[in-house]
Amino acid sequence: MSAYARRAWMVVWKDVLAERRSKESLNALVFFALLLLFVFQFALGPERARVEAALPGLLWLGFILSGLLAFGRTFLIERENDCWEGLVLTPGDKSAIYLGKLAGNVLVMVVVEVVLVALFAVFFAIDFTPFLLGLAAVLALGTLGLASVGTLFGAVTAQMRARELLFPVLLLPAVVPVLLASVSATQTVLAGEPLAEAAAWLKLLAAADLVYLVVGVLTFEFVLEG
Amino acid sequence: MAARALGWLTVLALIAGLGAAFGYAPREAVQGNVQRIMYLHVPAVLTAYLAFALVFVGSVGYLLTRRAGWDRLALAAAEPGVLFTGITIVSGSIWGKPTWGTWWTWDARLTSTAVLFLVYVGYLLLRGMVDEPDRRARAAAVVGILGAANIPIVHFSVKWWRALHQPSTILGPEPSPIAAPIAAALLINWIAFTLLFAYLLAKRMEIARLEDTHAG
Repeated sequence: MSAYARRAWMVVWKDVLAERRSKESLNALVFFALLLLFVFQFALGPERARVEAALPGLLWLGFILSGLLAFGRTFLIERENDCWEGLVLTPGDKSAIYLGKLAGNVLVMVVVEVVLVALFAVFFAIDFTPFLLGLAAVLALGTLGLASVGTLFGAVTAQMRARELLFPVLLLPAVVPVLLASVSATQTVLAGEPLAEAAAWLKLLAAADLVYLVVGVLTFEFVLEG
Repeated sequence: MAARALGWLTVLALIAGLGAAFGYAPREAVQGNVQRIMYLHVPAVLTAYLAFALVFVGSVGYLLTRRAGWDRLALAAAEPGVLFTGITIVSGSIWGKPTWGTWWTWDARLTSTAVLFLVYVGYLLLRGMVDEPDRRARAAAVVGILGAANIPIVHFSVKWWRALHQPSTILGPEPSPIAAPIAAALLINWIAFTLLFAYLLAKRMEIARLEDTHAG
């Protein structure tokens, strides 16, 4: 393993370890996802057809709301005990830290997404099994897009006043394309159509992911200076 | 001195633009006088794109050189950029009400312009949250670069999502079907708006420079 990959892996490993010991974020996030389900149900009423029609949008609403909470916290842990200094002093290319934090965020989102999809399946009696493969493809591309911007902006806003307000105000308009493409592609998948029907959206998602990743990798060292 | 000359030139160009829009250009056959909003709408959006391109240039320039001038360029371009995007949306709304029968519709171009507006309002909000100049400039530059890189992605995502707006007639691939006098009036107003933007940019950069010298 190259030094670069090892540094990125160290960041992931330390965050997973800290989370396993403190159980600070993930428990609350999963519970938040459950609460969202109630909110959706109350907003739409008991009629099943309405839930089914809104399903792709609801899923992504659940993901982005959970993501707003998760991504915003990415770098907060580093503000204690001079951890930020430690990151700045890390030798070598700083973008490894960005990729490590990004991988951690993707991991968290995967857990939240699996939980949310399972909850939808149980509470709204929706059978996702025929769509799982297509859904996984859309979720992977969409999550990478959300998380790459979310991780970067999480670092940008970590040291700012009113950051819990500023972070969503910056992130939401920036990820509009990801949301549009993901919801549309999810709609195609859940309608039972072949994944090729959503090819244009998946390509757009892949292009967006690539652009965000490149911007994140190139600019992260300037953000980290604090 | 140069700024003052630019200011007077802008005033003259804007007067000429008004004259061209209301005097020289003929009344449009189908839409009537409402169409004259175009002389405000189209130059405003073109100027806004120019402004956001300059935000990108200033952001990249700052991260590469760390010279405050680049950051002042980004700031001085972002503010009028948001203003001109706002003018685009409001003038489009006023035109849409009699023409399409609605103030707002979730059409592709409307939506992508609105998203652009929100991205750069966020950019300006962020600038207001940091006091230390270098930190502010770096944070703003990162958001400014991502915002600019995002413009084509937003454009295509929203375009595929929905389309009702007529295709762009000026920047489109086919030769422009616009009648010559209307095109001339449009061109004069475009020049006037670009001059106005240049004037605002120069003034704002000057103010930012004075702020920096007095703060430091």
